[in-house]
Amino acid sequence: MQTLIKQQSTIGAADRRTVGRVTVENPRIRCRNVHVYYGEKRAINGVTLDIGRNEVIAMIGPSGCGKSTFLRCLNRMNDAIDGCRVTGDILLDGQDIYDKRLDVVPLRAQVGIVFQKPNPFPKSIYENVAYGPRIHGLTSTRSELDEVVELSLQKAGLWDEVKDRLNQPGTGLSGGQQQRLCIARTIAVGPEVILMDEPCSALDPIATARVEALIDELREHYSIVIVTHSMQQAARLSQRTAYFHLGDLIEVGMTNQIFTNPRHRLTEDYITGRFG
Amino acid sequence: MAGLPLFKHPLKDINRLIMHPSTLFFTLAILCAFSFWIGKRRALTIADGQIRNLHSLPGYYGYYATLWCAIPALTLLALWTGFESNIITALVIRGLPAELQHLPADHLNLMVNDIRNLVSGNIVSGEIDPAMRAAADHYQNLRQISQAALAVVALTLSILGTLLACRRIHKAQRARNGVERAIMLFLIGSSSIAIFTTIGIVLSVLFEAIRFFQAVPVGDFLFGLKWSPQMAIREDQVGSSGAFGAIPLFAGTLLISFIAMLVAAPVGLMAAIYLSEYASKKMRSITKPLLEILAGIPTVVYGFFAALVVAPFIRDSGSLLGLDVSSESALAAGLVMGVMIIPFVSSLSDDVINAVPQAMRDGSYGLGATRSETICQVIIPAALPGIVGGLLLAVSRAIGETMIVVMAAGLSANLTANPLQAVTTVTVQMVTLLVGDQEFDSPKTLAAFALGLMLFATTLILNMVALYVVRKYREQYE
Ligand SMILES: Nc1ncnc2c1ncn2[C@@H]1O[C@H](COP(=O)(O)OP(=O)(O)OP(=O)(O)O)[C@@H](O)[C@H]1O
Ligand SMILES: [Mg+2]
Repeated sequence: MQTLIKQQSTIGAADRRTVGRVTVENPRIRCRNVHVYYGEKRAINGVTLDIGRNEVIAMIGPSGCGKSTFLRCLNRMNDAIDGCRVTGDILLDGQDIYDKRLDVVPLRAQVGIVFQKPNPFPKSIYENVAYGPRIHGLTSTRSELDEVVELSLQKAGLWDEVKDRLNQPGTGLSGGQQQRLCIARTIAVGPEVILMDEPCSALDPIATARVEALIDELREHYSIVIVTHSMQQAARLSQRTAYFHLGDLIEVGMTNQIFTNPRHRLTEDYITGRFG
Repeated sequence: MAGLPLFKHPLKDINRLIMHPSTLFFTLAILCAFSFWIGKRRALTIADGQIRNLHSLPGYYGYYATLWCAIPALTLLALWTGFESNIITALVIRGLPAELQHLPADHLNLMVNDIRNLVSGNIVSGEIDPAMRAAADHYQNLRQISQAALAVVALTLSILGTLLACRRIHKAQRARNGVERAIMLFLIGSSSIAIFTTIGIVLSVLFEAIRFFQAVPVGDFLFGLKWSPQMAIREDQVGSSGAFGAIPLFAGTLLISFIAMLVAAPVGLMAAIYLSEYASKKMRSITKPLLEILAGIPTVVYGFFAALVVAPFIRDSGSLLGLDVSSESALAAGLVMGVMIIPFVSSLSDDVINAVPQAMRDGSYGLGATRSETICQVIIPAALPGIVGGLLLAVSRAIGETMIVVMAAGLSANLTANPLQAVTTVTVQMVTLLVGDQEFDSPKTLAAFALGLMLFATTLILNMVALYVVRKYREQYE
């Protein structure tokens, strides 16, 4: 116990520099020196990271280290929070998403998000999934919309369970079903990047396995950023892993390297269960 | 010696001071405080100074003693004051000379009144004869005796109560449970006051209304199309037959409420949407109180605003357009009433819109929805039951509103749907029926109670529906 406290207190500024390769070839999203503040409080401290195409990148780290905050920056969900300020550059396909002239509506259609807690709208299952395509005018006929809804529900692994009750309220589903409904809702818009904030934290092992299978499948077409507290899940799903600690990005690397051979002491402590 | 009238009855003055009810109260309060202290001390003595030896904390034994000190004495006080004047009056009457005792009942009443006035030094209606003067003295005497007796008995009771409580205190006594039960009974009593008051109001209105329906058939009242509540004072009077058809009144009420809701519903709802979804924190902290000031303006102020500003304005602009607008139009009253109701709608809707979880908004924004899409397609539908509940409450408020319509709506019971004409409302008619000197047994006055009953039933049903809807909505997000 004493050694642990000592270790923590001796971590200096130099130890907070990111270890590992933060860039990838031809990235989908480039983050450069991103700082996030809630009022005076700094929640993210100079993060530089690339998110590649067709990859699953896992974000791990102790509670409160800023994983959700960073994730929400990537499609400007932090705009809605009073007093939240983001500095630095975040580029999606070379386009600065914090550019004043940029419209967040197409951005969020491109970068979808699934929240930690399932939040279906108090509408029917069908309407929940059809909501996105409707507001973006993705379909012109009812049959096209039906097709999109069915396809999205199938991809989310929910179709067989709900195909007979599409008109019942989405809030009447179980927690795991609701989470998959939210995933279906997100992919119905056809985003290129999907941000997932602990999508399985409320799910039982079976539903978790389904969602993981889905994520694996989605990787063919999408980039996926997933926040998770389960190291097994990160190891199973992701190609790369990023470890956050108190607002700093400590280490980035290929997943098997991070889990078998972490280079930073903080990462090692966290992974081996000595911290967090 | 004659120059010292002040010292004429020194003893009597002191007596009066001692017997005065407020002195008694004060003494009782001191006794109660004292009993608290005694009870606490007693408990501590029994427990050898060790709180652990007691079932309850020492303070509870103190309260226990206080309750024993106060409750019997206060009960006695209440009963005594309740029956005192009746008993004394009966005694005084019995003491009157025989020929006065056998006067008819109303004369006797008048005289008793005069005697009471004489006692309290008020103006007396008739001549003061010696018999009455004697009766007044008798009355005064009896009252003093009664008050002295009351003081003695009440104080004795409270002291006895305290002593009894102290005797009953022992280590394992559950003083806390006793005290808490007493508190609970007290709270039940307080909450039932409101309930009993409501029941009392309903019953009194109901009985008067039944008396009215004995004179006027229910069907005529509910479905009659003509309202002209005159009653014959003399048998042979011309045009004396009254008509008590309530339809024009309810139609007028509905018309004005409808106009009011036409103003209040959209404006209030949009204000609520602005406040909860668009306004910055700072803006909200300024705008919301400002809107709620509207709710604090006395309705009579709205009333003369409607009568002196809005109604003439509508009449003048109507005549510019060549319309024939009555100077007490339903439109003017409805518009102003609508403005008055805006804060109800806006603050209730604001509450329910705020109660829609942030996760709903996040979900919608996260899919790339704009703010207006989110509001129209997610937030309003989610909040709709609550909003409807708020609107229903506002409607019942509009229906029951009196002052604005008394001042700005007319008195003529027109059965019309034209908002430019004068209409009258249920509440206006109730006021006009009851204002001034009225005899309370003519159908004309009793009609007010029938109207009140109808009004009460309407708003009660509306409120019940509204509460049901609102509660149902609350459950949705638990
Ligand atoms: N809306 C907010 N206002 C102020 N501070 C916030 C807000 N949201 C998050 N924070 C702070 O920012 C820091 C990072 O929070 P964040 O939610 O990103 O953590 P996290 O890594 O996602 O944690 P967890 O694993 O528990 O979800 C925390 O210290 C938190 O207190
Ligand atoms: Mg989080």
